[in-house]
Order: sequence, then C-alpha cells, then structure tokens
Amino acid sequence: MIDNLLILPVIIQLFVAIIALFFWRNVPVQRFISVFGGIVALIASISLFVKVNQQGILTMNAANWEAPFGIVFVADLFSSTMVLLTSISGLCVSIFSTVAISSQRLKFGYFSIFHFLLMGLNGAFLTGDIFNLYVWFEVIIISSFVLLTLGGRKAQLEGAVKYMAMNILASMIFLTGIGILYGLTGSLNMADLSLKVAAVENRNLVNLTAIFFIIGFGIKSAVFPLYFWLPSSYHTPPSAVAAIFGGLLTKVGIYALFRIFTLIFVPDVFLQTLFIAMAVMTIITGAFGAIIKTNIRRIFSYLIVCHIGFLIGGLGMFSEVALIGALFYLIHDIMVKTNLFLVSGLIRIMGGNLNIDKLGGLYTAFPKISLLIAIVFFSLVGIPPLSGFWPKIHLFEASFMLDQYFFAFALIIGSFVTLYVIAKIWADVFWKPSPLSEDEFELSEFSKLSTLGKSALIIPVILLAIVSLYIGFFAENILVLVKQIAEQMVDTTPYIEAVLGN
Amino acid sequence: MEILLVVLIGVLYSAGFYLLLRRSMVKLLLGITLLGNGVNLLIFLLGRITKGKPSVIGESSNIFTDLYADPIPQALILTAIVISFGLQSLAIVLLKRVYALLNTDDLDDLNTPEDEDI
Repeated sequence: MIDNLLILPVIIQLFVAIIALFFWRNVPVQRFISVFGGIVALIASISLFVKVNQQGILTMNAANWEAPFGIVFVADLFSSTMVLLTSISGLCVSIFSTVAISSQRLKFGYFSIFHFLLMGLNGAFLTGDIFNLYVWFEVIIISSFVLLTLGGRKAQLEGAVKYMAMNILASMIFLTGIGILYGLTGSLNMADLSLKVAAVENRNLVNLTAIFFIIGFGIKSAVFPLYFWLPSSYHTPPSAVAAIFGGLLTKVGIYALFRIFTLIFVPDVFLQTLFIAMAVMTIITGAFGAIIKTNIRRIFSYLIVCHIGFLIGGLGMFSEVALIGALFYLIHDIMVKTNLFLVSGLIRIMGGNLNIDKLGGLYTAFPKISLLIAIVFFSLVGIPPLSGFWPKIHLFEASFMLDQYFFAFALIIGSFVTLYVIAKIWADVFWKPSPLSEDEFELSEFSKLSTLGKSALIIPVILLAIVSLYIGFFAENILVLVKQIAEQMVDTTPYIEAVLGN
Repeated sequence: MEILLVVLIGVLYSAGFYLLLRRSMVKLLLGITLLGNGVNLLIFLLGRITKGKPSVIGESSNIFTDLYADPIPQALILTAIVISFGLQSLAIVLLKRVYALLNTDDLDDLNTPEDEDI
C-alpha cells in the first residue's frame, strides 16, 4: 500500500535540524526546539507503527518512480519498530543533552548534528533501496564523526581517528559489494534483488558478494574480529553522545545484516556456520574485555560487543525461534544500552569520575536514584521478569533445538560475565564506602544543579527504565510483535509483493 | 579497455589497503582516497562499458530497441564521489587537528592512558 506519510520521521528530524541551525548561538532556544522536535518525531513514529500494524506493509516511491526503477521507502513491522525505538531513545537523549552537554559544545551546533544523525538512522531503517541504504549510512557516519569530535579533547580526537578510519573502510567495502551486486543483477531495489539473486546460477559469486556485506556491516556493528575500534572510541565522547552511539549506531549495522541476510542472501550452511562462529567469538572476547576494564564506559563498550554476539548468533541459527529471540533482544538492547550510557553520565555527574576504583558510596548519598539505576542494571542482566530474560530463553531454546551447543555455552558465559561485571560495578560504585567525605558530595556537580536540571537528567533514565519494565512485564505483547517480524523474515513474499506489486 | 580497468582497479585497491595498514596518518588519508577511486571504477566497470550508445530512446519508439549505455552506474559514481569528497575533507581536518594537538604523525602514538583521560 502506498502511503507518502511514512517518510515523516525522516522529514521531521531534517526540519528540526535545520530550524536548530537558525539559532546557532541561541542555546536555550535550541534546547527547546530539540526536545519539542523529539516529541513530534515520537508521535509521528508511533502513528507510523500503529498504521503498519493495522494496514500491513506501507511503501512510498520517491518522485513517483515505480519500483524497481526508483528509490522506494518501505515501512514493514521491523522498520517501523526500529524507527519507534530510535525516536524514543532520541527524545530521551535530547532531554538528557540539555543539561549534560556543556554549552560550549551546544554552541557549535550539537543539536542540529544530533538530529541529522537521527534523520540518517530513520532513513536507513525505512529505505528499500540498497544504494540509498549506503547513502543513509554515510549521513550517519558523517554526523557521528562530528558528534564524536565536538569539544576537541585529546582522547576524543584519538578515538575519532580510529572510528573514522574503520568506518570509512567499512563503507568502501559495502560499496564494493553493491557494485558487484549491481553487476550481477542489474538492480538496486532490495525486493527486486531478492528475486534476482535467487536466480543467479553462479552461487560462489553470490557467496563472495555476501562476504563483502558481512565485512562492511560487521565493522559497523562491531562483531569479532572487526570490533576493536569500538572499545577504543565509545568511551571518549560525552555520555549523551555515547548513549546514542551505543544504543543505535551499532544496531543499525545489525538491522542491515538482518535485512540483507533474510531478504537478499538467505544464509546457507556456510554462512550460518560463519555467523555462529563469529557470534561465539564476539560474545567471549567481549565478555573477557569487560572483566578487565575499570572505566565504567569502557566496560559498557565491551558489553555492547558481547551482546552484539547474541544478535548475530540468532541470525546465524536462522530458525523462527532464533529470530524471535534475536529480535526481542534487539528491542531490549536498544533501550537498555541507551539507558546504560545515560546512567554512566549520571554517575559521572554524581560521583565526579568514571573509574570504579575511585567511585563509591553513591547509594548512601543518592538512595532513590541508585534504586532507579538498579532497575536498569537488572534489566540488562536479565533477572526475571525484567526485559533481558525473555529473549535469552528463546535463544537457548533455539540453540538446543538446532544442536548449537557452542553458542549455548557462549550465551551462558556472556550472561554470567554480564552479571559479574554489573555486580562488580554495583558493589564498587554504590555500596563501597565513599572515598569522598560528605562535604565533598555536597560540592559535587549534581548537588549544584537546580531542580529542573536534576529532573532533566533523571527523567530520560526513568522514561527508558519504564520502557524496559514494559518490555519485561508485558513480554507477551512484544512477543506477538517479534513473532510477526520473524515470520516476515522467514517468508519474504509479503515484503516483495508490497514493493513490486503482484 | 576492460582488462586495463581491471588491472587499474586491482592496483588501486591493493595500494589503498597497503597504505591503510601503514602507521602514518598521511598515508592513511591517501589510502582512503585511492580506495574510494578504486570502488568508483569498479562500479563503472561492472555497470558494463558500452561505447557510443547513449541511453536515449529514439523519437519513433517507446522502448529501447538497441543496446544502450546504462546511466545508473554513472549516477551511483557521482553520488559516491560527492560523499567520499565530504568524508575525505572531514578526515583531512580531523587529522590536521590531531597533528596540531599531539605533534605526531604516527598512529601508534594515539593511545592516551586511561588515567589521563577525564
């Protein structure tokens, strides 16, 4: 069904970014525009999500060029869910940024770049054209370069060099893959490619092309052995920026992997084994990396890597149960990882730094906020009935059904290490006696903030925690949703019919 | 012509990757540039090179009856060139800032210990 309004989440973010540019030096106005725009975008994404839920897959042909000749935008359940999650985290991060990002950074166009990034993310989720996907990826990485370097501290620039080099390389490899795919099939429309790639006789060439996409998206989504840029750059920018990076940037790579490898290249035994091997190594190396670090944000960076393995493994097993587990985990992960980095920003403002050896006593100083943070931590670990618990059951079930015992083993290791690391952070940061005296806490940045400032820091964390709690306590609703998405992934005919007509 | 392009693409890719693996920041930059050009030529080559056949439908017919040059690869390359131009200029500015701040061209020196970072 054709519905031109599906592009609204992209357009709204574009307009917010441009309007914010008009108030270049006027920081208070920019703050208002960003939060207000975030709310409008959230409403648009909710209405898109509801519409897709009721009416099925929606499409939009850019400039009315019919598919497969023009660029087509497609909103199926998977895309619209991702857009909804992007808008939720975008709104929360933008509220958090109003206080947590210093006004020097805000004066250099932080908010407009931030909304350009969200525009790129929404565009990447909604496009149905593989070259257009590349263009949205470039919008995302250029915005993320600026966000990463804004402020120009030494560590930030060092992290940015690694991030930039790896991401440009990933884009080049992705583009190479697109070039070869175009040479093979003569099409760029993903639904059309799905039919044409299946008809190509030279399967080796198809698998070779698939490898280009695995490497390209693998670098972006940080899987073993391509993730090393992530832990060395994600801890450098301000926490609000790290939140949007950790929550969404790696997940857009995962989204692309799920999209390409269910629609265009359906994984055969070779690709499945490759994905599962990568997943096992990603989980184990990420988990071990998280154990040895003492900086909270570095620990969280390694936890991102570790949990990316859960998602890739779900894709690699490629059964409906496995996909349900992976997609459920994806929804849970975006919310929780965004929240984790916001929490790390909160801890930095409350306790003065991010090294767990130097922190302590936050529970006695801020008991209510600590309990709030505990909800976030427990959701990540997946203590039943919180949100991390349900997807893991499905992943375990799938790995036992398909005899993937290595993956089940890695899942156990990953989950236990997550529990251990979170327990360590909790004990060190919140329960350990504080190295600071009480007077010093009174002097900490957090106590100096006005009530409005404090609530701007805490409300986003509460909002995301509520979403996490909803995912945990009303898992049935989410399960119905991911079941439908997984069905659309296993049987892609509805998607293809919606784009190309019958 | 095709053989020549294949060789050129191979040279650009291998030189690009080689330079990316070096430790100097300037070579990193050159590597990115060469790789970008290699990718563009690859798309050009794989879009099939057709000489002297414009992709214009004749006045008397509604569809293409003859062999024609595919315009899409050129549109893709144009987009990719603009994007890589933007990326490269950003990379140049970034690396210049890093050089001004750290006074080194060696990528191995870009590891400030954790304690010095706030």
